Amino acid sequence: MFDNIDKLSQRARELRAPTKQPIKVMVSMGTCGIAAGATPVLAALQKEIAERNLESSVKLVETGCMGLCYCEPSIEIENTQTGKSIIYGNVKPGDAPVIVKNLDGAAVGVDTVNRTWYYPELEEPGEQQLQARIVLRNSGRVNPERLDDYVANNGYQALGKVLTEMSARAVIDEILASGLRGRGGGGFPTGKKWEFAANQESDVKYLICNADEGDPGAFMDRAVLEGDPHSVLEAMAIAGYAIGAHEGYIYIRAEYPLAIKRLRIAIEQAENAGLLGKNILGSDFDFHIELKYGAGAFVCGEETALIHSIEGKRGEPTFKPPYPAISGLWGKPTIVNNVETFANITAIIRLGAAWFRRIGTEKSPGTKVFALAGKIKRVGLIEVPMGTALRDIIFNLGGGIYNDKEFKAVQTGGPSGGALPASQLDTPIDYDSLKALGSMMGSGGMIVMDEDDCMVNIAKFFLEFTLDESCGKCTPCRIGNTRLFEMLEQICEGNGTEETLTKLKTLALTIKDTALCGLGQTSPNPVLSTLSNFADEYQSHVKDKRCLAGVCTKLISYVINDQCVGCTLCARNCPVQCIAGERKEQHVIDQDKCIKCGVCYNTCKFHAIDRI
Amino acid sequence: MINLSINNLPVRVKKGSTILQAADKIGIRIPTLCHLELDCFTIENRMGSCRICVVEVEGRNNLAPACCTPVNEGMVVKTSTLRAINARRTMLDLILSDHPKDCLTCEKNGNCELQRLASEMDLHHLLYEGRQSKYDIDLACNAIVRDLDKCIMCRRCENACNNVQTVGILSGVGRGFEAVVGTPGLRPLSETKCVFCGQCVAACPVGALTEQNYKYNVWRALNNEKKHVVVQTAPAVRVAIGEEFGMAPGEIATGKLVAGLKLLGFDKVFDTDFAADLTIMEETTEFIDRLKKNENLPILTSCCPGWVKFLEHQFPELIYMPSSAKSPQQMFGAVAKSYYAEKMGLKPEDIVVVSVMPCLAKKYEASRSEFTRDGVPDVDIVISTRELADMFKEAGIHINKLEEQQFDSPLGESTGAGVIFGASGGVLEAALRTAADWLSGEDLKEFDFEEVRGLSGIRDTTVKVAGTDVKVAIASGLGNARKLLDRIKSGKAQYHAIEIMACPGGCLNGGGQPYIHGDTKILEKRKEAIYKADSGLSLRKSHQNPDVIKLYDEYLDKPGSKKAHELLHTHYTPRKNW
Repeated sequence: MFDNIDKLSQRARELRAPTKQPIKVMVSMGTCGIAAGATPVLAALQKEIAERNLESSVKLVETGCMGLCYCEPSIEIENTQTGKSIIYGNVKPGDAPVIVKNLDGAAVGVDTVNRTWYYPELEEPGEQQLQARIVLRNSGRVNPERLDDYVANNGYQALGKVLTEMSARAVIDEILASGLRGRGGGGFPTGKKWEFAANQESDVKYLICNADEGDPGAFMDRAVLEGDPHSVLEAMAIAGYAIGAHEGYIYIRAEYPLAIKRLRIAIEQAENAGLLGKNILGSDFDFHIELKYGAGAFVCGEETALIHSIEGKRGEPTFKPPYPAISGLWGKPTIVNNVETFANITAIIRLGAAWFRRIGTEKSPGTKVFALAGKIKRVGLIEVPMGTALRDIIFNLGGGIYNDKEFKAVQTGGPSGGALPASQLDTPIDYDSLKALGSMMGSGGMIVMDEDDCMVNIAKFFLEFTLDESCGKCTPCRIGNTRLFEMLEQICEGNGTEETLTKLKTLALTIKDTALCGLGQTSPNPVLSTLSNFADEYQSHVKDKRCLAGVCTKLISYVINDQCVGCTLCARNCPVQCIAGERKEQHVIDQDKCIKCGVCYNTCKFHAIDRI
Repeated sequence: MINLSINNLPVRVKKGSTILQAADKIGIRIPTLCHLELDCFTIENRMGSCRICVVEVEGRNNLAPACCTPVNEGMVVKTSTLRAINARRTMLDLILSDHPKDCLTCEKNGNCELQRLASEMDLHHLLYEGRQSKYDIDLACNAIVRDLDKCIMCRRCENACNNVQTVGILSGVGRGFEAVVGTPGLRPLSETKCVFCGQCVAACPVGALTEQNYKYNVWRALNNEKKHVVVQTAPAVRVAIGEEFGMAPGEIATGKLVAGLKLLGFDKVFDTDFAADLTIMEETTEFIDRLKKNENLPILTSCCPGWVKFLEHQFPELIYMPSSAKSPQQMFGAVAKSYYAEKMGLKPEDIVVVSVMPCLAKKYEASRSEFTRDGVPDVDIVISTRELADMFKEAGIHINKLEEQQFDSPLGESTGAGVIFGASGGVLEAALRTAADWLSGEDLKEFDFEEVRGLSGIRDTTVKVAGTDVKVAIASGLGNARKLLDRIKSGKAQYHAIEIMACPGGCLNGGGQPYIHGDTKILEKRKEAIYKADSGLSLRKSHQNPDVIKLYDEYLDKPGSKKAHELLHTHYTPRKNW
């Protein structure tokens, strides 16, 4: 029980004291790591350490995600005395002996991974370290289920500082000065939001952490909650103090069971330690946190819809104003901040706004976490300073395009964002540059597409997602997006005309101009950005009735050319048996029966099948 | 006060006003569809969902919905720029792309706000087409038809059901294109706690919600020579039906209505007001009895079937409170098929009782099993004011041009007390007029209880009745009824008598009345007309109705008698609250 800040600091000093176990073996145990097989790896390492009687000098730590999805299970071995560390990827249980045998150097036969990140709080960046980890500073480093691990890393020091040294106004001023903008997508200045709510006279105010992460392929909030739950709880208490709220909710998707479990543990630990609940750190400040589960509706990430969902109503947005900061949950002033936004707070309070502003750009200070996905070599989670060029992210951190194919586009901002072409790869990533290009920051999904992707089809794919996830309240989103989708279908099926393209663009612009909420207003972005950046692809679909990427099945056909040696491989693999021909003679595809699955094209070893 | 400019015209409005309200103040009409404001009840559907009312606001990135955007100091609004007009047309075009184009045969033809909008906005060519919503039509109950293919998701019905009436069975369900207004478990209305008040129908701008139409059943009865067809018309019908025939709102059409009904071919044209007077006899007897014994108070009125069903579902613990007196419609039916049948030498099954009601719940009420004797329903067919207007139109009867006629005898005589049943507060006032006379034993000259009149949702007052202080309350609109009942349940308020009407404002704003499309001035006019009709009558107390007195003398003995109970009283049943 920490009934004052000194006790907490004392405990942190104790925990940081040189330990008898200078070697830390950290196993990345987020949902993704576990799915990839981290549990048997952990068991094998444990067994190996025990068998070698190294328990007294080696500490095995189950951590959250390091972000190396492309090579899970991953582990990091750190010698806290020398400061040296090594990261292994694609670790198998069978690698445990060689790894444990070589705790000080690289184990032969196991993939090593370059540490592409640095911790701005502790060190200066190395040459290849394009990542700066503030949000993910503890993720993959501490055991998220141990409060001590968090306390040892300056945990709850920011809350202590706020409660002992700062007025609510000073906290807001510090956040305002830091220039922190909402990481959920909109980029609204966090300090301003807090200020609005703080200025409201009300007996009750609420604070909500938006953990309803819903962009396809985005999982940064899950990583933070699974890897460093206390950082969010601490930040929420700070925000509560700043605006005068004593109750906080974390609205989290029910599909995140591990994050929920770790949050529950963390809340209980913090309450028992006097870091949450009544009289936090012996002060007269009370703050309680409760979990609320989302049922998997993307639109509930929109703050008014989220609030209605907590209230037990249908999760659909309402018109703003009134803004939640004035009238939110149960009609009371309410602040909704995203997980990643909260994960920045404690560092800003501890290290100051000026320190925070050193990272990132003038108008978008700090870092942003991105989930790299799609046709990229190193799929995973990265955290880079705002202003980092897209090219650096994709070709450096991401390792370039999968199978060394040609880069075609990158979709930022999830289904509400836009597809940026190669010519825009040098765009520095920040709220305003992305918006200027017709995309958006969004919550940080980044999906890379290559030459095999048809951009009309991609636009259709994203639109289908928003269509499914639209609440259906307003006309432009409910019907307008359906019509957009139908037009894209026409185009992909070869039934589009020049007029279809004109209608598509006009309607998309009108939807942007008229939709009720952020989801609706941004839903045509994939259509508009592909229309402007990949106009030639639309033209070839409409004029030549061809899909150059070979994706739109109605617009392609497979034919066998004279390179065919009659090996029969294609005929044997064809799922609808529409390929005929004698052995050692040229085969023929029955075009009427062909379902254009492309199996023959992919199996032929003689380049004898053309896709036209 | 806030100063802004709309289309370069300065306007000054109260803080908190919307662009729509500000524009209205200077005569600029911005088209709306999902928005519905009934200012006299402070009812507003402010969803901002149809986006028809979008306008340009200087300094704003996207268009603003005028219906829910509050004005700011110095705001510069343009309502008819090309951008706004094009956006509006696109919204309408999109809505129509998911709407059946069967306007010519639609129940709402001529009364549809979407149709009117298409005409006003000069939309002659549709740009967008694609798949359309397809749902099973709900025809299962005898009051309301829900045809969701026509639903435009304005949510006005939902607002009426959940916020105004607090019945709470309608909600948006489904996502994206599949989003629609649904009932719990998507069950038909007949399997929900719907009270059939029809406020959703009154609110619906299109043909998604309409009444179950029984016009053809009436035509068939009228053309069946073996049947003796009588009609009763409710008090609120006469002050509204004229609106359908070019008469000004508030013009009383009683005599013309009677003439029209006779032209249609009814054997007898009677008045529900007669039965309203009868109701007062029974209800007041019960009230005085309870008052003297000081038990089972307050007494609640029981004329409104929507309200009765609401109580049965949502306040089953209070079902001892309403008067056991049947509603005027059902008293009429019971008397017509007994007293009148005997007088005319007819078998009850050979009489067809048609009711013309401002109400849709009356259709349901007539079908309640309590109101059938020996397999013969007391009331056979119920049509709404709107349906009757349709029948007149179909028959080429323009009631405005007819010479006024009198109701038939013996069930056509009524007093002013019967007429005021049509307005909120009227039943209570009628009861007080009789109670005062009976308790004092005099024919009192002062009997206008003006304090109980009005359209506001809840009113309470203490009135002197023959020297006794009687605490009364009136609620119209079931949301207000709920508030009142909660106050009683919690002991925060105590009353002797309460009148409750399901529809805000009472029957004059019933779910079966001619559509007002948000124009509440029409309701004010109807209310004035009702009290004007009352004050114009020589007899204004129910117990002075000579035909009612005769009915007791010849048939029922006295109010509250065994015979009266058999014919004129009923009981209530607790129902499931979902």
